[in-house]
Amino acid sequence: MFRKLALSTAVALGLATGGAFAAGEGGHVEDYDFSFEGPFGTYDQMQLQRGLQIYTEVCSACHGLRYVPFRTLGDEGGPQFPEDQVRAYAAQNFEVYDEELEDFRPAIPTDHFPANTSVGAPDLSLMAKARAGFHGPYGTGLSQLFNGMGGAEYIASILTGYTGETKEEAGTTFYENHAFSTGWISMAPPLAGEDVEFADGHPNELHHEAQDIAAFLMWAAEPKMMARKHAGFVGVVFLTLLSVLLYLTNKRIWRPIKHKDA
Amino acid sequence: MSGIPHDHYEPKTGPERWLHKRLPIVGLLYDTIMIPTPKNLNWMWIWGIILTFCLVLQIATGIVLVMHYTPHVDMAFASVEHIMRDVNGGFMLRYLHANGASLFFVAVYLHIFRGLYYGSYKSPREVTWIIGMLIYLCMMGTAFMGYVLPWGQMSFWGATVITGLFGAIPFIGEPIQTWLLGGPAVDNATLNRFFSLHYLLPFVIAALVAVHIWAFHSTGNNNPTGVDVRRGSKAEAEKDTVPFWPYYVIKDVFALAVILAVFWAIVGFMPNYLGHPDNYIEANPLSTPAHIVPEWYFLPFYAILRAFTSEVWVVQIASAITGGIVDAKFFGVLAMFGAIIAMALAPWLDTSSVRSGKYRPQFKWWFWLLVIDFIALMWLGAMPAEEPYASFSLIGAAYWFGYFFVILPLLGVFEKPLPQPATIEEDFEAHYGKSSEKGATSATPAE
Repeated sequence: MFRKLALSTAVALGLATGGAFAAGEGGHVEDYDFSFEGPFGTYDQMQLQRGLQIYTEVCSACHGLRYVPFRTLGDEGGPQFPEDQVRAYAAQNFEVYDEELEDFRPAIPTDHFPANTSVGAPDLSLMAKARAGFHGPYGTGLSQLFNGMGGAEYIASILTGYTGETKEEAGTTFYENHAFSTGWISMAPPLAGEDVEFADGHPNELHHEAQDIAAFLMWAAEPKMMARKHAGFVGVVFLTLLSVLLYLTNKRIWRPIKHKDA
Repeated sequence: MSGIPHDHYEPKTGPERWLHKRLPIVGLLYDTIMIPTPKNLNWMWIWGIILTFCLVLQIATGIVLVMHYTPHVDMAFASVEHIMRDVNGGFMLRYLHANGASLFFVAVYLHIFRGLYYGSYKSPREVTWIIGMLIYLCMMGTAFMGYVLPWGQMSFWGATVITGLFGAIPFIGEPIQTWLLGGPAVDNATLNRFFSLHYLLPFVIAALVAVHIWAFHSTGNNNPTGVDVRRGSKAEAEKDTVPFWPYYVIKDVFALAVILAVFWAIVGFMPNYLGHPDNYIEANPLSTPAHIVPEWYFLPFYAILRAFTSEVWVVQIASAITGGIVDAKFFGVLAMFGAIIAMALAPWLDTSSVRSGKYRPQFKWWFWLLVIDFIALMWLGAMPAEEPYASFSLIGAAYWFGYFFVILPLLGVFEKPLPQPATIEEDFEAHYGKSSEKGATSATPAE
């Protein structure tokens, strides 16, 4: 067990010390700027909507989103589509298996996005929280204090990290990718740039698309982020005020003990 | 309750006397909350209240989480996502509970190191110290089992590695491991029993906390000078102490509010910082994660566990003497538990008659080295088991044992302590000035 542990931790160290990468080495995660970073960062509603479009037209072919209910597409702090659009989106794009009907039917808002394990592609519901982009310095993870965990950065980096090289091992094709830990990933490049036409004419170069889908997957993984940050802010303000009042109370109470003449 | 003379509760009205005669519960509460407390306690004495708060926070959030959680290998992971996405305020409950465990351990480590520095473990508070160590062990068990419940990759593989430690015990190890897991490997039976025990242990902790408080209320609190409160008369005792209410209640609640503001910021703005990304991947017995690491609060002891490989000469000697029964793995397990037992034995290993590290010029250095050692081991525990980390871990582990088994016993003999204040009052007045003199000399009031 410990040999396996040593081996696996060695792999992770390679991931942690990334940065200097040559051909065949990976783990280089670009620190993209996202609108949802920092204590006051919020999701960009338009970006989430673009990301959903990319997911629908590209990613969903292989990847599921099984923990995300369609109805949450209309929630505040998310893509926030109107209810009728959510209904239409679910019905037009996805079919789910209904156990009562014993057949497939068009999805309704209370359904979840279907799981999709057809080609062994991982579910993306929590992907943005299941990967960390930053680990350093020296494996302490302290950089995450300033850069965030880097899950969305990791996804965007993977999507833009292909070099175009391929190799074949045991019947599987691997694609060289700077961002992937081992440097070779089994997923073919899913985006090439200009894969999706946005209705509002937003740029669709590869790095734009990569950031849009990364932002959408961050929302899929952490749909209550904005509510959480709001609760955090209110709580910190309240507790700070309470601390000041208690500080003054404490001073007042101890005064006769500490200065008997006062 | 305490041996320090002070006013006791006197029932004044008829109903109060009626109740007091039958159940002196009001008197018990009064004596507990009004206990004479040394008036020179510094800010390191706040952690007890923080810890009590943590226990209440964990139980309160935990009880609500249980209402929405499903302890089954096929449903546990999904039920946690249900809490995060569908339950009203569920994401806050879960993040409070997960980060609450970290706050709990931050507080307990500061509490323990405070005790080590000011000699709080020494006579007559050995029982308080031992109960505290039992609480700490229960906390570790509870935290470990709680981490398994979300049934992520790190839950599963952490459980596999840690229960594997019991498998290292010679002869009886494997049956014990199977018995603990409820089967040959971590599975539904394991998840169910961990869930049951994770719910039970906090109440055991609560009971132990009551005994812990009872114990130090019997001996009285230690204080930064380590000098005893004078107990000759009530008037004398009052010069050294103030009642717990309101002086320390308000002080502790102030400290709690400040710490909670920081805690709340972590929960609100970076709730996953202290967790591990792999635990957002559902447990998969067929796929070992790239990097199995325990939570940060286990890392120092995990480093000690891994420090003793088969290349270390003490391990080789132990193995040779026992005819291979004590192998490197079992030695590591013994070292890990031994590191905690060493700490628990501190009252009997420390030979110095001086309690507080403040008056021990050499002890201070060794103590701070122990703190650095602890932090270094915490870092090393997260590092891969390879050079140079393995050697560093071994040095760190050696110092940990050296501190308790060599330095503490010897220092008491060789160290020349500094003069201590005669009374707590003297120490207090050295800080804040003598009441009478100050009143006479200062022209303007302190206001």
